[in-house]
Amino acid sequence: MFSATNLFCERDERVLFTQLNFTISAGEVIQVQGANGSGKTSLLRILAGLNADFTGDISWQGQAVNRRRETFNAGLFYLGHSPAINKTLTPLQNLRWYCACHGFSDDTAIVLALADLGLAGYEHIPCHQMSAGQQRRVSLARLQLSVAPLWILDEPFTALDKQGVADLEQCIDTKVRQGGAVILTTHHALQLQCPVRVINLDELQGVGA
Amino acid sequence: MSRSRFSLGVTACLLAGLQRELLLAVRSPGNTINPLMFFVIAISLFPLGGGADTVFLSSIAPGVIWVTALLAVMLSMESLFRSDFEDGSLEQLLLSPQPLYFQILAKVFGHWLVTGLPLVLLSPLLGLLLALPAQAYLPLMLGLLLGTPTLNLIGAIGMALTVGLSRSGLLLAVLVLPLSIPVLVFGAGVVNAALNGLPMAGLLAVLGAMLALALSLAPLAIGAALRISVN
Repeated sequence: MFSATNLFCERDERVLFTQLNFTISAGEVIQVQGANGSGKTSLLRILAGLNADFTGDISWQGQAVNRRRETFNAGLFYLGHSPAINKTLTPLQNLRWYCACHGFSDDTAIVLALADLGLAGYEHIPCHQMSAGQQRRVSLARLQLSVAPLWILDEPFTALDKQGVADLEQCIDTKVRQGGAVILTTHHALQLQCPVRVINLDELQGVGA
Repeated sequence: MSRSRFSLGVTACLLAGLQRELLLAVRSPGNTINPLMFFVIAISLFPLGGGADTVFLSSIAPGVIWVTALLAVMLSMESLFRSDFEDGSLEQLLLSPQPLYFQILAKVFGHWLVTGLPLVLLSPLLGLLLALPAQAYLPLMLGLLLGTPTLNLIGAIGMALTVGLSRSGLLLAVLVLPLSIPVLVFGAGVVNAALNGLPMAGLLAVLGAMLALALSLAPLAIGAALRISVN
């Protein structure tokens, strides 16, 4: 479904990774591991197409990503470090815009997704009045609205409580069972039912050095 | 995913972008009102500092109003991509499957509606303050109506390039002000022509042509600049 060949990335004259190859197909989870500063976020941003400082090929369904950016974007869900939630807007307004960017409008689904994350009744409250964890949940509500087959999640468990972590793990499991593919980074010990493949950037750095 | 979804075309996506921009303006009114206040206050300083000689004031009025409008537009650009860059919405905008060109156009148009259009509507009042003869009001407004969106589009290129820097204000001015000179020359030219009883259709047509050029090319430049900024 999605593959990367011979990726090489250098930042500030330091090689983050070299000769990185992997393929992910439907129903798989890849966890990117590595110490702080080992390039996990850089790798995920490169895969999502936000960072162009690399060499190598990334292809989506057999075709180079940079040739067919909009097709790839339609199949991608990316969750970055920043929540992509405007704090002056309400969760409903934020998620409406997100949905419209992805070509649909479904207020019922938004309300349901927020309720699933324990935010029922918060639809019309500006996000700056909510706690960090709640804002994170608004951001995660997009996962439930997304129909994209590929999820790229950068530290999705940050700021979540125990129940939130368990819910998110279940959400990932469901996605994978439905034939999705997930690439994620986390420092938390994953407890997924589906098998997880690990890419360790610390080891890859050794190859290049 | 059996739930039926009401799928949207590009137009609806643009309307959503526009609606978001207007909502943001309502939620943080300072971003909209401050440039407008700057416009009013800066212009009202001229009669105070330059004396109440109406002949002198009306002769400098076209230039003063246009230069101040240009500076007010540059001030207002600061808020265009700043919050989206900081909270990560910009990344989502770039990763959206909808055409970036139109999304940027919707965003800049929304920004112009809340910052540029009020300048246009207020300009006759400030003309009055500078003793501008009444026959120049309409040319002034028409010129600003065609000129401010162009200035917005040019300013957005500079803002998109500098949004990643913490203090971009002065750099923005250095980058963008030289590019705005043609708009300034023809915009003030329209008012001067009206004052001297000369035909101004040609000058307005040039302003229109510059707007058309900016509408077609600036969103591409803004998109490319945003990709560099999030990199």
